[in-house]
Amino acid sequence: MPFSLLKYGLNKDYPFEQHADLPKPTELKPHYDVVIIGGGGHGVATAYYLAKYHGITNVAILEKSYLGGGNTARNTAVIRSNYLTSEGVKFYSESVKLFKELSNEFDFNIMYSQRGQLTLAHTDAAVRGFRQRAEVNKHFGGKTELIDPQQIRELVPTLNMNPADMPVLAGLWHMDGATARHDAVAWGYAKGATQRGVELHQLTEVTDVIVEQGKVTGVKTNRGNVSCGCVVQAVAGHSSLLAAKAGFKMPITTFPLQAMVTQPVKPFLDPLVSSPSLHCYVQQTGRGELVFGGGSDPYPLYSTRSTMDLKESLLANAVELFPFMANMRLMRQWAGLTDMTSDYSPIMGLSPVDNYYLDAGWGTWGFKSTPICGKSMAELVASGGKVPELIKPFSMDRFNSFRQVNEMGATAASH
Amino acid sequence: MKMMNCPLNGLRNISEFVHGGEVKEMPDPNSCSDDAWAEYVFYTENGISVVTEWWLHAPSGYWFIAERHTGSDEILKTYDPSVLFNKRVEFSAPVTEGMA
Repeated sequence: MPFSLLKYGLNKDYPFEQHADLPKPTELKPHYDVVIIGGGGHGVATAYYLAKYHGITNVAILEKSYLGGGNTARNTAVIRSNYLTSEGVKFYSESVKLFKELSNEFDFNIMYSQRGQLTLAHTDAAVRGFRQRAEVNKHFGGKTELIDPQQIRELVPTLNMNPADMPVLAGLWHMDGATARHDAVAWGYAKGATQRGVELHQLTEVTDVIVEQGKVTGVKTNRGNVSCGCVVQAVAGHSSLLAAKAGFKMPITTFPLQAMVTQPVKPFLDPLVSSPSLHCYVQQTGRGELVFGGGSDPYPLYSTRSTMDLKESLLANAVELFPFMANMRLMRQWAGLTDMTSDYSPIMGLSPVDNYYLDAGWGTWGFKSTPICGKSMAELVASGGKVPELIKPFSMDRFNSFRQVNEMGATAASH
Repeated sequence: MKMMNCPLNGLRNISEFVHGGEVKEMPDPNSCSDDAWAEYVFYTENGISVVTEWWLHAPSGYWFIAERHTGSDEILKTYDPSVLFNKRVEFSAPVTEGMA
């Protein structure tokens, strides 16, 4: 055994089995039936379901940087469906169901790990809100319940039950809460899509959208022009900028969102823990690192810079929840751009431009919706613009008819 | 910490300020269409450029206007809103005949 290992290590072709998951880059074709702008989780998922369920494979995914290199790589990889509105719960619980099967479907491990998510209530108002969320969730088949301090102590023995002098009164225990490796989700979808004939073009930036008589007919890129039957825009963090190229405004404001991770320690924290009153959430990864996240920055900005004051306030609260973490060292910190809508719900469906479909407004809830959003967008594209029931409430014109989907359960850390 | 120059209080920490959104021209609420009103309330330019925005200095309750670049976060200018708003806005619904 050691000799064969040595031989393997010294082999000049090492590693001799090189599986190329993605086909080599090719030239852009002059025409595609569908152009998907944005090679993140949502874009590749849409392409995957288009090819898998609808047999549409003359599809190009145009990504200005590299596969899954934007917000797909910057989120904190939380999967949950304990939302507040019935529209939201229905949508996100479909996503949780799809996530559970993805590793099998891809034949590629996305490291889906269901640990449950615990949200803490420190006020009577929060307890009432949680009771409502638990009931809405149960109604749509989710596993969510309200639990008391004793049950919380049993679930998370290391938790300080009186953080920042705000005693924990109750918890919303969401058993479907999970994490998955976000990069792997994008890679799995990209592999599945390209195997079925979809083209993924990285380092291909869309510089302009060609609209003729109110209808999109093609896009201009840094590698030449492409004509197309329809366009799906899936560029979280840059939705307004791309929409401006197509000639319309969106009800979106873009804020940075900062997160960070500590050095790895022994496993002690199984559930994902969040506290809306303390504006923070904490989870331990499979590698033992602790991930901290909070609310978006207080004002809009197109920059992924980090600020000391946000770090300080977020960590002060995290240390209140788990005081023994005070001496831990941070290993990495980063920021992503979140496209916030005023009702904390996404925008999916039609746009003012014909054959130009929107997948935007994903604020801080984009990763967890990747599978169901891709599946719904594929349905929308394949039907030639017939909006599926599931995403009808999330159309952009809900703002024009003043029928917003008020999703206060959207963020683990309230804004 | 990042500093902002408040026209009333001078240089203060950015944490004392609250962002209030882009300065937009308000359509007449009594006569504009629902679409025009939705456009005013919800839709934003949200581009990468110098933007004229409302800001509040929270401790003193003072609203003012700042010009800031949304790519570099550089604050170019801050000034009192009276520079742009020097006419009184009447919000009350117009009195129609027979209603008074």
